[in-house]
Amino acid sequence: MNIVVCVKQVPDTTDVRIDPETNSLIREGVESILNPFDENGVEAALQLREQHGGKVTVITMGPPQAEAILRHALAMGADEVYLVCDRAIRGSDTLATSYTLAKAIEYLGEFDLVICGKQAIDGDTAQVGPGVAERLGIPQVSLAIALEVEGRKLRARRLLDDASETVEVRLPALVTVVKQINEPRHPPMKGVLKAKKAQIPVLDAETLELDPKLTGFAGSPTFVWKIFTPPRRARGQIIEGEPEEAAKELAQKILGLNVISIS
Amino acid sequence: MTRILNLDNHDARPPDAPPGEEVCLSGGCWADRRGLSPIVFDLNEDQQAILDAVREFCDDELVPKAEATDAAGVWPAENVAKLGELDLMGITVPEEYGGLGMDHITWTLVAEELSRACTTTGAAFGAHILCVEPIRLFGTDEQKKKYLTRLAKGECVGAFGLTEPGAGSDAGAVQTRAEPDGDDYVLNGTKIFITNAGEAEIYVIIANIDIERGPRGMTAFIVEKGTPGFEFGKNEKKMGFGSLPNRELIFTDCRVPKENILGRERRGFRVALETLGMGRIGMGIGAVGVARAAFEAALPYTKQRHQFGKPISSFQLVQAMLADMATQIEAARLLCLKAAYLKDMGRPFEKEAAMAKVYASEVAAFVTSKAVQCLGGYGYTKDFPVERYMREAKLFEIVEGTSEIQRLVIANLLLKEGS
Repeated sequence: MNIVVCVKQVPDTTDVRIDPETNSLIREGVESILNPFDENGVEAALQLREQHGGKVTVITMGPPQAEAILRHALAMGADEVYLVCDRAIRGSDTLATSYTLAKAIEYLGEFDLVICGKQAIDGDTAQVGPGVAERLGIPQVSLAIALEVEGRKLRARRLLDDASETVEVRLPALVTVVKQINEPRHPPMKGVLKAKKAQIPVLDAETLELDPKLTGFAGSPTFVWKIFTPPRRARGQIIEGEPEEAAKELAQKILGLNVISIS
Repeated sequence: MTRILNLDNHDARPPDAPPGEEVCLSGGCWADRRGLSPIVFDLNEDQQAILDAVREFCDDELVPKAEATDAAGVWPAENVAKLGELDLMGITVPEEYGGLGMDHITWTLVAEELSRACTTTGAAFGAHILCVEPIRLFGTDEQKKKYLTRLAKGECVGAFGLTEPGAGSDAGAVQTRAEPDGDDYVLNGTKIFITNAGEAEIYVIIANIDIERGPRGMTAFIVEKGTPGFEFGKNEKKMGFGSLPNRELIFTDCRVPKENILGRERRGFRVALETLGMGRIGMGIGAVGVARAAFEAALPYTKQRHQFGKPISSFQLVQAMLADMATQIEAARLLCLKAAYLKDMGRPFEKEAAMAKVYASEVAAFVTSKAVQCLGGYGYTKDFPVERYMREAKLFEIVEGTSEIQRLVIANLLLKEGS
């Protein structure tokens, strides 16, 4: 089966800092990595390839330096990678990104399955995966924790808050995966050496025949009014002492707040 | 990190190198012969990429369970299998036999990381090369196809059997007999302290086909686990490395086909010496890894621990310990890499390997002891790993030729050079 995995380069931190002047991420001093959920996506694709054969293609959309994460995917075992890169796609919001990635996937030809991470750890929107499925006009399964392919059917278990749900869709389809789905492999050294030497093919706006009105700033209706770092939460109060005594004191304090009552 | 290149070796220039400006030196590292200083302490891109990937693997997978690996008292099968999956079991095996075809500098860099992250896994890795290296050097094409491919993939682990109850420092006194019988040799005798024994599938065994002639009768054989007459004896209980098997190999009328002779008959002493040369680099860098693990535990502790209202790292006597530890680790690593470099260049490296081994093992003993000192009373408890590192470090002063033997080797070579 032909699997396309969409990945994103993100800052290696959950402690994102914002420049209040420009409303953009401060990238200085922060290393960039393959978005962890997307790494689970690559691993899921490699496992499906190991079971069913076929090809794993990994694509990303971003600046030239984003090729680093494609090399990581190659080292893990991806067959092909593509960097979607063009000045015309700069400033794309999730809508424009979904459009652009969908065009790239269509350009690459026949596919059976598209895998995305459930969301990127920088923007945290979780919109691009579903958006790509809409653009491609294929069924989507979000938050997958397990995947099983049988003929032209995909069975996926979805992780919900208090339960899981198993759904079945016909291929081609798109799934987004959560981190519990697998433990991404460390790349074998042969992969590392191969990836280092690889030429990373670039797909530009012209090649993908992108409509300039649908990508980049022009294709992005989202307007960022303000981005800010939320104030640090005040430190909690620690009640010292024996557990029994401490629990009593804690109960008194909570009762004192009048948020619960004992009937 | 260090990479030693010596541009005085003009022979290193490959015949197909572009004319004039660049010269390829060991492991595909290119340097401008006219422009650069003669020694370069940088890794080439391949080496750096591998080191980075191995570090990440070590920190993610080996470090978090290093304590448990030691405490388990059983062979770290999962870790060793991972090394195979990551292509690390065949770093120096040529690509045609399924390996990475990298140099021994790369192997040395990886060995330090593994030992630093999990001393037990590092030691198993260090013993594996003692089987890979003699087959790589002396094996026939058929032997390499049959054994190196499996060793490189990590399908099976290797071990090397030389030491006997009566043949330790005196390696020429091997009493395990190999007697010709038809198309086979029949092995009888016992090896002791063999690392990876029982878990390894492939063994390079030094036996003697002519006991009277001592070293001149010594012959190397490849023996597979499961060969009738080949059994494993007692697993030694040691002061450290409780999860690493060091067992007896017992040969009782064990028939080994003649085609399993490694090299030629009566060339076993040479096979043993070459293997020990590599082994010394391996034990040296393994000791560097343990020393580094201890140092990396001690340094942050001295910044956290407060006495007299200040972190103890602000006291000059503590600073002196840290400075000495770091300096010696650096020097020991450089010696190991120099020996590996000479080996890669095909030059004699026996003396440098012995220097690296004796120095690094004594550095490990010093550094791990000082790490315990930095942690004070806590360092002496089992709540911190430094007491374990101190026990483990002692092994390196004994294994693969004691410090005393290393000094004899070095002096012997120095005196020969002078004459």
